[in-house]
Amino acid sequence: MTTLLRSFWQNLIGQPKSPMEAAAPPPAAPPARPVKALTLDLAPNDPLAIYFQSSSSAVEIERLNLDSPALRVLKAAGAKLAVPLVSQGEIIGVISLGQRRSEQDYSSDDRGLLSNLATQASPAVRVAQLVRQQQLEARARERLEQELRVARLIQQTLLPKELPALAGWKVAAYYQPARAVGGDFYDFIHLPDGRLAIVVGDVTDKGVPAALVMATTRALLRTAALQFNTPGQVLAQVNNLLCPDIPPKMFVTCLYAILDSASGRLHYANAGHDLPYAWSGNGATELRARGMPLGLMSGMTYEEMEKNVAPGESILFYSDGLVEAHNDRREMFGFPRLGQLVGGHSGGVSIVEYLLNELKAFTGPDWEQEDDTTMVVLQRGEAGGDGAWQVVSTFSIPSEPGKEREAMRLVAEATQNLNLPSARFEKLKTAVAEGTMNAIEHGNQNRPDLQVEIAVLVSASHHALAVRITDHALSGNKPVAAATPDLDAKLAGLQTPRGWGLFLIEKMVDKMNVINDETHHTLELIMTLEGDGHVR
Amino acid sequence: MSDNTLSAVVRQVNATAIIDLHGEINAFGEEALNNAYAEASRAYPSAILLNFSGVDYINSTGIALIVGLLAQARKSGQRLVTTGLSSHYVEIFQITRLSDFMNIYPDEASALAAQ
Repeated sequence: MTTLLRSFWQNLIGQPKSPMEAAAPPPAAPPARPVKALTLDLAPNDPLAIYFQSSSSAVEIERLNLDSPALRVLKAAGAKLAVPLVSQGEIIGVISLGQRRSEQDYSSDDRGLLSNLATQASPAVRVAQLVRQQQLEARARERLEQELRVARLIQQTLLPKELPALAGWKVAAYYQPARAVGGDFYDFIHLPDGRLAIVVGDVTDKGVPAALVMATTRALLRTAALQFNTPGQVLAQVNNLLCPDIPPKMFVTCLYAILDSASGRLHYANAGHDLPYAWSGNGATELRARGMPLGLMSGMTYEEMEKNVAPGESILFYSDGLVEAHNDRREMFGFPRLGQLVGGHSGGVSIVEYLLNELKAFTGPDWEQEDDTTMVVLQRGEAGGDGAWQVVSTFSIPSEPGKEREAMRLVAEATQNLNLPSARFEKLKTAVAEGTMNAIEHGNQNRPDLQVEIAVLVSASHHALAVRITDHALSGNKPVAAATPDLDAKLAGLQTPRGWGLFLIEKMVDKMNVINDETHHTLELIMTLEGDGHVR
Repeated sequence: MSDNTLSAVVRQVNATAIIDLHGEINAFGEEALNNAYAEASRAYPSAILLNFSGVDYINSTGIALIVGLLAQARKSGQRLVTTGLSSHYVEIFQITRLSDFMNIYPDEASALAAQ
């Protein structure tokens, strides 16, 4: 390797008295005399370097006769006298002087002075070089950190903020970026016909480039999801749009599935992504479908497959960060292990925690995550349980005061064909308004960016309709069955006049259930329907 | 006029002050309701009649506002009565026991006749 050395060349003509003082000019203060800086590439095996290693005193350039590229550069620049700057045996620079202005030769005093100067200047120059190097490294590190922050931000902004609420199904998602931020993503897209699209993907590469391709792919998928009906068409469209723009050597693997939650039919296509598993406690099946990753070649077609998810069955989508994790013996977690673990699990969303624990046991506690880890799980409820409820309608209400009227109107529309007697219909509307208000004000703390999710369901076997109102459980206070408000105390000013909401709801509907998990509160309002004829 | 707005207009019939309410009784209506009540009670009427015939929605916050008015009225010995409630809201006034403290009349004429 060559060493890049900076040589200062001082034209000293007319400055015979103090020829040395300007040899290392401070860059900030412009020198009084012209100083030329020339870049000298002094390779360690250059004869001049070898010469300087043996003699570190000032040397007259013209007297040297070496086959040295560096020496030729110095001579060409008109250098007369040169001395190496040596620190801890390493040449870190060269001071070279040009012709004196008086055109006299340098005296032996001059040479001695220059040698002394070099000896004293070397450590200072070395320190300056180290400081500069550290500054550059710190700046590079900061730039890298900043890039990672941007990549993380892009990804986290674009991942779903909430899980879809599907009657009769449990949905779980897990995403943990690696330190370097890979290109994993997942998405849920509510299709206009009520079906749900599920996307799990992985962009090759890491950092900002991967995050940008991820953002583009996600946007293309969201648009195509609304334009095309089948998973294969969606992937083919995204592939064609991605191909011309994706940076070379990058591509995206992606599994795209459409779930009809009422029937349990899962339609899927795969662009080179890891195969999902279906299981229910008795071995796991891979869901296979052929297709090339997105962004490699345009005009690809994608095989479409269908899986009927039976009551009690679950589906696991994941990314390679899980299977490609290594332990300290450089063994990989691997597909066989994953398939075995999934097949032995009893089914359901608890698989996420189970697999994470297995992964931790495999890699050991000091593991630094190599790649992003993503898992999405769908679990269909048992038959006769929640599965008996059919979704009539779902909608989202922004958490703003007064928006409960919207919920009331939409539920009224969704239930108008169920022939509820008008008094009971009015009661349902009031209960929905109160439940939604509660979710807006308490569960979602009036944050307009958060939605109240509302699902209207009917069950032929229960002869009933249910309205489920779900919020983000921001208030620690879970909605619980309310005691009868004490009107006398309120009128006497001993209690706040408020606090009627849950009490009213309980009085309006036939049954009120509260379903809580870590991140959501759901209020379920049940109204019995009269006779079979009322349920479509 | 937005959906969320409540208008409350006071008129005097004999010794009774009538507050004609139009719109929704919810958090947005607090100021209008309280101002109208203050105006209606200024002349020491024998009764204040809340006329709900122009109201299509009362939520739990609205119930709390009515409880607040009723508390004020009871403190100052003022009679508060209502009319114009739909059968749904009559039931809600019964469930909340508001009807124990304020008579509910089917129409304005019967309300006035009873004062």
